[in-house]
Amino acid sequence: MSTATLDVHEVPTGSRVNYLNAQYGVKSWLLTTDHKRIALLYLASITLMFFVGGFFAVLMRLHLIEPQGALVQPETYNKLFTMHGVIMVFFFLVPSIPATLGNFLVPMMIGARDLAFPKLNLLSWYIYIIGAIFTLYAVISGGVDTGWTFYTPYSSTFSHTSVVPTALGVFITGFSSILTGLNFVVTIHKMRAPGLTWFRLPLFIWAIYATSIIFILGTPVIAITLFLLFLERVLHIGIFDPAIGGDPILFQHLFWFYSHPAVYIMILPGMGVMSELITCFSRKRIFGYSFVAFSSLAIAIISFLVWGHHMFVTGQSIYAGLIFSVLSFMVAIPSAVKVFNWTATLYKGSISYDAPMLYALGFIGLFTMGGLTGLFLASLATDVHLNGTYFIVAHFHYIMVGGAVMAYLGGIHFWWPKITGRLYPDGWARFAALVIFVGFNLTFFPQFMLGYLGMPRRYAVYPGEFQVLNVMSSAGASILGIGYLIPLIYLTWSMRYGPTAGPNPWQAKGLEWTTPSPPPTENFEEIPVVTEEAYDYAHSRVTRG
Amino acid sequence: MIGVLQSGSVFLSLAIQAPQLRPEAASSIAEGVDHLYFALTFITLFFTIAIFSTIFVFMVKYRRRADDEVPPEIEQNLPLELAWTIIPALICAGLFLWASSLYFENSRPPSASTEIFVIGKQWMWHIQHPEGVREINELHVPVGVPVELTMTSEDVIHDFYIPAFRVKKDVLPGRYTSLWFQATKVGTYHLFCAQYCGADHAEMLGWVYVMSPADYETWLSSGTPSPSMAQTGEQTFNKLGCASCHLPDGTGRGPSLVAVYGREEELKTGEKRLVDEAFIRQAVMNPNSVVLRNYPAIMPTFRGQVNEEQVLQLIAYVKSLASEERNANGK
Repeated sequence: MSTATLDVHEVPTGSRVNYLNAQYGVKSWLLTTDHKRIALLYLASITLMFFVGGFFAVLMRLHLIEPQGALVQPETYNKLFTMHGVIMVFFFLVPSIPATLGNFLVPMMIGARDLAFPKLNLLSWYIYIIGAIFTLYAVISGGVDTGWTFYTPYSSTFSHTSVVPTALGVFITGFSSILTGLNFVVTIHKMRAPGLTWFRLPLFIWAIYATSIIFILGTPVIAITLFLLFLERVLHIGIFDPAIGGDPILFQHLFWFYSHPAVYIMILPGMGVMSELITCFSRKRIFGYSFVAFSSLAIAIISFLVWGHHMFVTGQSIYAGLIFSVLSFMVAIPSAVKVFNWTATLYKGSISYDAPMLYALGFIGLFTMGGLTGLFLASLATDVHLNGTYFIVAHFHYIMVGGAVMAYLGGIHFWWPKITGRLYPDGWARFAALVIFVGFNLTFFPQFMLGYLGMPRRYAVYPGEFQVLNVMSSAGASILGIGYLIPLIYLTWSMRYGPTAGPNPWQAKGLEWTTPSPPPTENFEEIPVVTEEAYDYAHSRVTRG
Repeated sequence: MIGVLQSGSVFLSLAIQAPQLRPEAASSIAEGVDHLYFALTFITLFFTIAIFSTIFVFMVKYRRRADDEVPPEIEQNLPLELAWTIIPALICAGLFLWASSLYFENSRPPSASTEIFVIGKQWMWHIQHPEGVREINELHVPVGVPVELTMTSEDVIHDFYIPAFRVKKDVLPGRYTSLWFQATKVGTYHLFCAQYCGADHAEMLGWVYVMSPADYETWLSSGTPSPSMAQTGEQTFNKLGCASCHLPDGTGRGPSLVAVYGREEELKTGEKRLVDEAFIRQAVMNPNSVVLRNYPAIMPTFRGQVNEEQVLQLIAYVKSLASEERNANGK
């Protein structure tokens, strides 16, 4: 892509100055403004949060092995699913790809030396940490039991748990999302390398751009909503509780106005990662570039208009239901277009089965299932039966875990050699991908069936006839849990002992692969000039470094 | 390989649970909902399998054979892009029309429905029949008769869910929601709370007993005879002193409530409002917001003096005044 194929190839990695060894000491990390180091600060923080949230999930699944509950009191169970949801959604999934891979890759992919506002970038990490501390304080001070959805008036008047610290934590973290989004939008607009026109951008950038728009437009709404909740809970101003003059449903409108687009905050960056992975491991230009790019924007826009599909059974007017239903069906179309284009990209390619590609293929399967089961919920007549049951739980885990987390892991495996300069054991990585895929399906497929059979979600105890499926799900969860631990081990191992990766171990296209691994602090010795389309695998081969 | 595994785990789930693939279907709408559900399941499996088989074939056929392989460039194909945009759009449009028309049908209660009242509170269901019978966490209904539930909550949001009937509706504080069903099979079915409502949410469940009409009548008249909801409502009406202003002949300081239910009334603000359950509740709890034209705003609020059950009884009483009037006119 760049004509400046750097001479650093010849320099042994160990002795070269890069962003990791340019400075040492805790202070050099905590005060860094290097987007790559900030990406790693995020990576460490969200990994910690992921395992905290995952630990709660494991406890829940263990508890549900027996109908009367095997482990904890109902009050504790309610806290477990609440904190699992809050931590996974707000402190892992929302920041996951944007704050780690996005932070690392946006400047590198567009040929820039850093984001537009490096100090703001560091500030956004500190804001995230402050929010996380509030929420973890809530966990330690006895937990919170409202569900991650904080529905009123339960959360504002009736719950006796740490609602305020939790909500405050989420409120604060929101500002980190807004700043990150702002930073990306400005960077993508203003700092692209010469020759890198909009339609030469990697699709990851398009996806991050669409995500950033949702960050900026959606996040203030959840901040306002939680602030109103705070006013009612602390000052007893009647906003949501009808006993003091509020409207019990208003909260749900405001909450889902953010939280539905937030689903796309979680999945759009994953879709961006997919486009990079599929092209690299089939050595093909993406099929239908502009369709994939614009479908990201279409999803971002329509996502703001579908919140009411969470509220079909609240007594919402049936005409409002119709509008939200038709709009929800419309979101399915750009998502389907992406899946078809990824599949078509494989056609006549040169396909290899490296670990990131296995994650990518896993993503396509799980996302397809997750997306199609969304149709059951966009359909008014079936949603009435399925709403509030395990079917919902299964559906959104197929999207958020099967989709977003698979893509995140795929991306981490793909760019790991770039980030650390080291290779991980490929056999273990493929094995982990397989374990995760099997464990995931075993955990969540039975939940579709549980939901259709009528088991409501958020039940600490349940009628005995649901036990077989619950046990299957719990068995799957333990496999899934092990699946997530394996990469943690071999990736940590590889940071020290992995073989040197070289600048471009996958023979991938894209500016980030034209610099050494790990990259120098300034990313590029010279700002590259771009003369070709994205994913131009058919021309100008890049040699293995 | 991954496709095989996925379908493997799917098949395993199916095989183990084969005897019970769907919940009991015991209401007039259940079959229709199930048909749509199975159509959606078919579409899901069809596309998942189609995409996975395609990927599988490509992965085998186009696997990398040499490290320096350079595959041919494939041009963008506009007709193909349009095809896979338009075909899913058409499928979605079809599903939308099917699901929405079914939902419309399922939402509209038949005009002659038996009415039963439901009050949700942490963590139990209070059911009251107009005849005066009360139950907790149990709902007895006759088979083959449309039943309409009018529901409200004393505290947080609950959700009344009977899987075997494929019906579900939130139960909200400060508001009435309604739900109807017609049971088609005598039997006992789960009743769940499907909206998280606090510590014992999972224990807020009960049973729905569908009985033959004869058994239902016997059940209603067994036990200690109790006054009907309207009669209890009348007692409350008198005890609270409502009767001193709302004189039946219209000469009181407040409007007569005879035949007012179901009528459209003009408010002081000029707004026209239908007098229904929600209106009467509002008039009791927040009377100044619904002052009728030509009447002074002097009624005090009864918030805190009456509970949700008493409000429902008052409503039943006002309703009974309307039907008595109608009967009188009929004669």
